[in-house]
Amino acid sequence: MLNEKKGISRGAIITLMIVLVVCILTIVLENTINPNSLLFTVIRKAAVYSLVAVTMNLLNGFTGLFSLGQAGFMLLGAYTYAILTIPTDVRDSIYYLFGGAGFHFSTVSFFEGIIGDSGVAGFISMILGVLIAMLVGGIVAAIVAYLIGLPVLRLKSDYLAIATLGFAEILRAIFQWDKLGKVTNGANALRGYPTFADFNIKNAQGITVLRLSSFIPILFAGICILIIILLINSSYGRAFKAIRDDEVAAEAMGINLAKHKMMSFIISSFFAGVGGALFAMFASTVQAKTFTSAMTYEIFLIVVIGGIGSISGSCIASFLYIACSEWWLRFLDNTQYINGNQLPLFKNGFRMVVFSVVIMIIVLFFRTGMMGDKELSDLFNKKRRKKVKADE
Amino acid sequence: MEFAVSQILSGISLGGQYALIAIGYTMVYGILRLINFAHGDVFMIAGVLMVYMSASMPLYISIPAMIIFTVLLGFLIERAAYKPLRSAPRMSVMISAIGVSYLLQNLALYITGGQPKTYPRIPWISKTITIFGARTHVVTVVTPFLVIALVLILTLLIDKTKIGIAMRAVSKDFETSQLMGVKINTVISVTFIIGSFLAAVGSVLYFTNYPTVVPMSGAMPGLKAFVAAVFGGIGSIPGAVIGAFIIGICETLIKGTDYAIFSDAFTFALLIIILVVKPTGIFGEKTTDKV
Repeated sequence: MLNEKKGISRGAIITLMIVLVVCILTIVLENTINPNSLLFTVIRKAAVYSLVAVTMNLLNGFTGLFSLGQAGFMLLGAYTYAILTIPTDVRDSIYYLFGGAGFHFSTVSFFEGIIGDSGVAGFISMILGVLIAMLVGGIVAAIVAYLIGLPVLRLKSDYLAIATLGFAEILRAIFQWDKLGKVTNGANALRGYPTFADFNIKNAQGITVLRLSSFIPILFAGICILIIILLINSSYGRAFKAIRDDEVAAEAMGINLAKHKMMSFIISSFFAGVGGALFAMFASTVQAKTFTSAMTYEIFLIVVIGGIGSISGSCIASFLYIACSEWWLRFLDNTQYINGNQLPLFKNGFRMVVFSVVIMIIVLFFRTGMMGDKELSDLFNKKRRKKVKADE
Repeated sequence: MEFAVSQILSGISLGGQYALIAIGYTMVYGILRLINFAHGDVFMIAGVLMVYMSASMPLYISIPAMIIFTVLLGFLIERAAYKPLRSAPRMSVMISAIGVSYLLQNLALYITGGQPKTYPRIPWISKTITIFGARTHVVTVVTPFLVIALVLILTLLIDKTKIGIAMRAVSKDFETSQLMGVKINTVISVTFIIGSFLAAVGSVLYFTNYPTVVPMSGAMPGLKAFVAAVFGGIGSIPGAVIGAFIIGICETLIKGTDYAIFSDAFTFALLIIILVVKPTGIFGEKTTDKV
C-alpha cells in the first residue's frame, strides 16, 4: 500500500524493467544473429504501429471520440518528414517527372552545412535533421487536426468516424494531385531520405560496427508513448476519461468539452504524425496510396485486440499482430506436405484468411481484448496486493 | 453537347448503382443504428461470385444463383457477426462490421489470387446504343428505371405489408416494438436480405460498366453509397436514392475535368459539409438526445 503513495508503483517499475530488457535484447540480438531476419522487420514495424495504435487509443479509448482518421495524419507526418529530409543533391533526380523539385530546403543538408557532412559530424547532423523533420511532421499533423477538428468534433460517434475517414481520403487525394507534384511528387514515391538503417554506426572504413536500426524505432516510439502515458495520468487525462464515461456529467462537473476534445484530437494527431514519419523511415519510400482507410482499420483492430483503453495492451497487440501477419503465419501461404501428400487450402493469401478469422473470433468472443482497460503495471500491482493480504 | 449528354447519362447510371447499395446501408442503420462496413464488400463478393459462376453456367442460371448466394451471405453475416452482439455497446458491433469487411476482402484475395477478374459480358445490357448522339451502353439507360421500379416496390413493401410495418416500428423504437411482440430477429434478417439483394442487383449493373473485379472494388463504392445515405438523411429510403443520384452525377462530371483525382475526395467533402450544416441529412428526422 505504501508503494502507491510514493507516486511510482512497483508495477510501473516492473513494466519499465520489461521495456528495458526488450531494448537491450533487441540491440544484442541485432548484433549477434542475422540482421536480415524477419524478427527485426517485425520489431521495427510493430514499434511504429504501437505508437500509432496508442494515439488511436488516446482518442477512442480514453476520450471516447470514435475517430478513423489516423492514416491521414500519418500521411501528413510521413510526407512532411520525407520532403524535409531528402538531401538537396538527390532531390532533382527523385522529382524528375515534374522537372525537378520545387522545394529545395533539406534539414539534413542544412545541418551538414553547419556541422560537417563526414564521420561523426555527418551522423550528428543526420540525427538533428531527422529529429527536427519528425517534430515538424507532428506539428503539421497537429495544425491540420485543429482545422479539421473545428467543424468535425461537434459530431457524435459514428458520424465523427465517417467524417474523419472522409478527411483522410481527401488528404490522400490532395497529395496525389499533379499540380502539387513539385512538392509531393504526385502519385510517385518519395525516397532517398534517412531511414532506420542509417542509424547503424559505421567505422571509418564504412563497416557497420553497431547495429541500432531496430532499437531506434523502439526508442522513438517509446519516448512518445511515455509522454502520452504521462498525459493520461495527469488531470487532463482524467478529464478525457470523464468525457468518455459520460459527456453530460463531465460537462456538469465543469469540464470544457470542446476544449478537451480538441486537445485530445490535436495531441493524438501530433503523435500520429510522428508515427507517420517513423513509418516513412521503416518503409523507406513514401507513397500516398499506402495510407488508405484499410490501414486505419488495421490499426483500429490492433487497438481492439489489445483492449480499448489500455496503452500496454495496444503495444503488446501490435507486436503480436505484426508478428502473426508478417512472420508466424507465413507458412500458411506456402504449399504444405504431410507424408508426401499436398495439403489442400494452403496457397497464397490463406494466411490473411486465417488471420481475419482469428480477429473475428476475438471481436465476437473476447470483446474486451487482451487487457481490457487494465495496464500491465496494474496486473503486477494486483499480484503484489494479493501477496500482502496472504502475508497478513 | 454529346460529351455532356454522355457524362450526365453515365452519372445518372452510376448514381442508380450507388442508390441500390445505399438502400442497404440506410435500412440497416435505420434499424440497428450500425454502419454496416461490410456491405460494400458484400457487393464486391457478388461480383466475384458472378465471375466464377458464369464460367460454368449459362447466364440465366448464374445470375439468379449469384443473387441467392449473395442474399444468403448477407443473412449469414448478420446471424454470425451482429446477432451475438445485440446487447453489446454500439462500438462493438461496428468493430465486428470492420472485422467482417476485412475477412471478406481477404477471402476474395485468397480466391482470386490477387488477380483482377474480368466480369462476364451480359449480352443484352452491355449492347451499345446512341442517344442524342452520345454512344453508351444499354445498362446506362436501364439502370435509373430499374432503380426507380425497385424503390417503388420496396416502398410498397414497407408501407403495406406486415413485415414493413414491423420494420418501421423497430426503427422507431427497438425495445418497445419488442415488447409489442415484433419478432426482432426476423425483421433484422429481412432487412439484411433486402439490402444484400439490392447490392447483388447493383453489382450486376455496376460491373457491366466497370468490368474488373478486385478485392478492394467494394470499398470505395461502399463508402460512397454510405455518404449518399447520410446525405439523404440516414434511415430514409428516398433520401438515400436522391443522395446517390446527386453523388453519382457530381462524381462523373468531376471525372471529366482536370480535377479527376478529386472525384473521390469530393464525395467526402460533400459529406463533411452536410454533416456540419445539417447533420440529419436532407430528409432525416430530427432526433434529440435524452440525458
